[in-house]
Amino acid sequence: MQGYRYLDDTAILRLDAEKCIGCGNCLEVCPHRLFTLNDGKARITDGNACMECGACARNCPVEALFVNPDDGCGCAHYIINSWLARVLNKQSNGCGC
Amino acid sequence: MARLATRLSWRDRLGTIAVRSGLRRNSYLMVPGLYCLGEPDGNSPVLVTGNYKLSVDTVRQELAGHHLWLLVVDTRGINVWCAGGKGTFSAAEVAYQVQNSGLAQLVNHRQLILPQLSANGVRAGELKKLCGFLGRFGPILATDLPEYLRRGEADEAMRSVTFRLSERAVLIPVEICLLWKKLLLASLLFFLLSGISPEFFTVEAALRRGTTLALANAAAIFAGAIATPLLLPWLPFRQFWLKGAVLGLLAGLIFVTVAGEGLARLELLALLLWIGGCASYLAMCFTGSTPYTSLSGVAKEMRRGLPFQIGTALLALLLWLAAPFF
Ligand code: SF4
Ligand code: SF4
Repeated sequence: MQGYRYLDDTAILRLDAEKCIGCGNCLEVCPHRLFTLNDGKARITDGNACMECGACARNCPVEALFVNPDDGCGCAHYIINSWLARVLNKQSNGCGC
Repeated sequence: MARLATRLSWRDRLGTIAVRSGLRRNSYLMVPGLYCLGEPDGNSPVLVTGNYKLSVDTVRQELAGHHLWLLVVDTRGINVWCAGGKGTFSAAEVAYQVQNSGLAQLVNHRQLILPQLSANGVRAGELKKLCGFLGRFGPILATDLPEYLRRGEADEAMRSVTFRLSERAVLIPVEICLLWKKLLLASLLFFLLSGISPEFFTVEAALRRGTTLALANAAAIFAGAIATPLLLPWLPFRQFWLKGAVLGLLAGLIFVTVAGEGLARLELLALLLWIGGCASYLAMCFTGSTPYTSLSGVAKEMRRGLPFQIGTALLALLLWLAAPFF
């Protein structure tokens, strides 16, 4: 994504090349275009640009992809609420968006 | 079956303004189901979208002159992107609406065009099994739909998410309006705190110093919730709390220079810290609206940003309270 760069070595995105069958779904859905297909296997080109949306993992037919499964839309309110919930031992009430 | 107009009425436009400004946030929805755009027949394409009315309004406006079916699924009035993440925009929900609307009897083909940004919720491969329709992902933006329909496929540009100035700008009013309640409460507190003086409580001081503090808040909001989103790609640092802190301290410096006459040193320092800390917090909250910040990254920067913000706020408050006694 031109002009934007977030933190390096932080996003959780893993590809198990063993399992990959080269269907190309991840190439299609990734909104940051982070995959290529070489010799029938997907490859991550720039894992640091991943925003953990989970689209690739959701559409991989063989579970070759793993993305940080913590859902919520990546907003600060959501994280504060979930931290508070952990401290207070209560159910988090999401982020309200 | 309901036919949707491809031009927005004045009511639609008012509604859009209301949602965009945060007045109506969680209740702007449409009844889910199948709708027509133009005069679709058995060969017309079927587009799928969520029942957030803004999504539907954008889609139908972009497709003026086209004849097609619009399947609106129940995402509880949330936009496609967040709904996918929350699991409401799912293959099961799409399949349910397909069956419920009797789509199979209305069209000869078996294809659905889904918004690409619903891919975090919809496993397209499951749709075939669930409802007999093949799910394909269309472009990210509704503006690209006509081009996509003409070509039958999306190119790389249509599949890449963007965050242009205009896309950032429309997010600002909501962010600010969500702050109203907190602001009102804070202002009340500020007036009370500002009145504390060696003579116990002075109404004159409460009004004078309280107003200064309220104005400082406006400066913080301007730096953190307006300038940060607008200037985002050009600000130094990758972490949002730092971007906000930089702009906040800058705004704070300008503020104390312009509005600092007659204030004590401690008060000036308090204002500077307060504006810097608040702007940092507001900028950090904006991560939730961008399409490139990962949840892991936001959590990481919050572990650094929150202590800074809480620290500056407490220190500012302390200095502000102490100032009349020196
Ligand atoms: S999680 Fe989203 S951004 Fe990250 S690689 Fe997968 S599709 Fe791309
Ligand atoms: S979606 Fe899964 S199987 Fe298909 S190319 Fe990507 S990693 Fe490989």
